[in-house]
Amino acid sequence: MNDMRIVERDVETREIKIRGDKVQVFYGDNHAIKDVDIEIQDKTVTAFIGPSGCGKSTFLRCLNRMNDTIEGCRVEGEITLDEEDIYNKQVDPVQLRAKVGMVFQKPNPFPKSIYDNVAYGPRIHGLASNKADLDVIVEKSLRRGAIWDEVKDRLDAPGTGLSGGQQQRLCIARAVATEPEVLLMDEPCSALDPIATAQVEELIDELRTNYSVVIVTHSMQQAARVSQKTAFFHLGNLVEYNETGEIFTNPKDPRTESYITGRIG
Amino acid sequence: MTDASANTPATPRVKTSLLELGERTKKRNAAEARFKLYGMMAVGTGVAALLLLLISILSQGLPAFTQTFIKVNITLDESVLDPSGNRDPDEISKVLTFSYDPIINDSLKGLALELSAQHSEVTADVLQDMISAEAKGRLRADVIANPDLIGQTIEYEFLANGRIDGYMKGRVTRETAELDGNVTPLQLDVADAMIVEEKLEKRFNWAFITAPDASELRPEAAGLGVALMGSAYMMAIVFCLALPIGVAASIYLEEFAPKNWITDIIEVNISNLAAVPSIVFGILGLAIFINYMGLPNSAPIVGGLVLTLMTLPTIIISTRASLKAVPPSIRDAALGVGASKMQAIFHHVLPLAAPGILTGTIIGLAQALGETAPLLLIGMVAFVNNYPESIFDPATALPVQVYNFTQRSDPAFVERASGAIIVLLVFLFCMNMIAIILRRRFERRW
Ligand SMILES: Nc1ncnc2c1ncn2[C@@H]1O[C@H](COP(=O)(O)OP(=O)(O)OP(=O)(O)O)[C@@H](O)[C@H]1O
Ligand SMILES: [Mg+2]
Repeated sequence: MNDMRIVERDVETREIKIRGDKVQVFYGDNHAIKDVDIEIQDKTVTAFIGPSGCGKSTFLRCLNRMNDTIEGCRVEGEITLDEEDIYNKQVDPVQLRAKVGMVFQKPNPFPKSIYDNVAYGPRIHGLASNKADLDVIVEKSLRRGAIWDEVKDRLDAPGTGLSGGQQQRLCIARAVATEPEVLLMDEPCSALDPIATAQVEELIDELRTNYSVVIVTHSMQQAARVSQKTAFFHLGNLVEYNETGEIFTNPKDPRTESYITGRIG
Repeated sequence: MTDASANTPATPRVKTSLLELGERTKKRNAAEARFKLYGMMAVGTGVAALLLLLISILSQGLPAFTQTFIKVNITLDESVLDPSGNRDPDEISKVLTFSYDPIINDSLKGLALELSAQHSEVTADVLQDMISAEAKGRLRADVIANPDLIGQTIEYEFLANGRIDGYMKGRVTRETAELDGNVTPLQLDVADAMIVEEKLEKRFNWAFITAPDASELRPEAAGLGVALMGSAYMMAIVFCLALPIGVAASIYLEEFAPKNWITDIIEVNISNLAAVPSIVFGILGLAIFINYMGLPNSAPIVGGLVLTLMTLPTIIISTRASLKAVPPSIRDAALGVGASKMQAIFHHVLPLAAPGILTGTIIGLAQALGETAPLLLIGMVAFVNNYPESIFDPATALPVQVYNFTQRSDPAFVERASGAIIVLLVFLFCMNMIAIILRRRFERRW
């Protein structure tokens, strides 16, 4: 429909991985997500932006049903992964979470060795039949987490003994070790210095070749740098969802415009 | 935009020096110094009380670990002890303690002869009253345990009577002996003579720890063996029941149970249960375990069950607290890589909570170890002279044994009560050590 943007055409040929339809989330009486319709594409980085408290994390957590663990949280509407309703009664959230991995805002490695941190997921999902396989998976994951060179000599050291940025990359390695199809990242760089941030961003860009990545960020620059699609949330509504370039250069909604120019926040 | 007027100070600023202390700072510092002093006084009081307690118990109780023995040469006459001559333990067991009297008397005659150089009035009868009434029984037990001794003349040590032992420990003097029907000043003189001849010796007495209790008249033979075994059995029962039940209940309540009025009621009741006086648990045990279920009186199994009920709330409360203290981010991390709730709990939460759970368990066990009141009600206060062979046999417990000792009139039991307290404290100390070692092994950083 719009021939001028080649990039967009490229994006639109991709399959839809996750589809949200009239999603509502309530925390008790608090209506945190209102009527969100969204289509998240495969092999794409999608960024969620918006002011604090607008529901980005809440919506992200809906996508792998981490909200199930929150007392009093209720999700309505439909969310599908590969056209399958993830809130269907037959779906075991454990299987879903193996497909939809998550990296949290605060690095949270297990208080175990670096090796065990990464090996834990493959072990419980039976991805490796022997120690050698597991070693391969661990090395591959740590390499993808851009942390292999720093830790290869001390895989037995506790993961909690790493610096904040290293811990976050370890968590990313742990998330990719289970070979998920979608990777959700909630402000993965908020605790990182610019160098580590750059490493993580580079990593996200690489991950795009295999996964659908959804990233929540407070940094417009980061959203612009790493994502192809951007969704702007405001007060629980999905205000605008479009190509990243489009959102930042030519926002349709006045609220989006004031946010990216720094007037709401 | 900021309000410019809000930033201007209301009063003009007075120039102050950092090198001088202001009025308020001085006051604050004084208050802090006072508070530190109070704190130190409080700690000091606590430490002083503890020291006083320890010193008094140790000074009173340590003598209980030594006992006085009288050395004799004794000929174990085969014709009396093993008439058939084939050293069959069954045959030897048939010889009653009564038959040992002449043998002992002979040996005492020999001793009297040896002592005659020191003291002219020594006779076998005087010596007979100086050895414990328990001596015969112990000699017989030794012979049965070691039949090869029969026919030989061996050096043997008789347990000295409680009064002679008291004389050695400074409890009995010639003045008190005048007034005492159980000992005469003559016997004390003889004791002095025996010391010179090196026939009387005070030394460490394992029997205090291993022997069963003895009657009121034989304080020198009373030991803690049965009580120790009873306490150990009960601790094992409490540990094996209360820990798994308590931990399972806590995990369920904390992680799985829906939050509704039923779980609220359960929660309130667990807290209340922790505050129920222990004697109530004793009545419960008497009514349910003994009267209704028909379990035997005085048995460690009943004591263990009652103490388990008593310990459960403590374990549940501390386990839940330590489960709560595990950061939620660890759970999220585990769930995020696709672990099930149970995997998240057992692989990650429980190991992190283990030190806290262990601490709670040991506190509960320590309480149970020192508990007396409920045991009185279920009959563990009885006089038990046989070692319990299983948890269904009658036994006593350490704190009850302390109570028993204090109820007896013979002053020799005073040191035994304190000695039993020392054993109880050592038992506790060992349990705490185990807990600390285990905790060290489980402790991890996060
Ligand atoms: N566990 C919870 N229980 C109750 N209310 C919650 C909970 N988590 C979030 N909320 C509410 O839901 C709304 C959205 O919160 P959410 O955490 O999704 O915001 P966010 O966009 O991620 O903000 P931030 O950028 O600060 O992380 C807020 O009003 C918040 O108060
Ligand atoms: Mg958030």
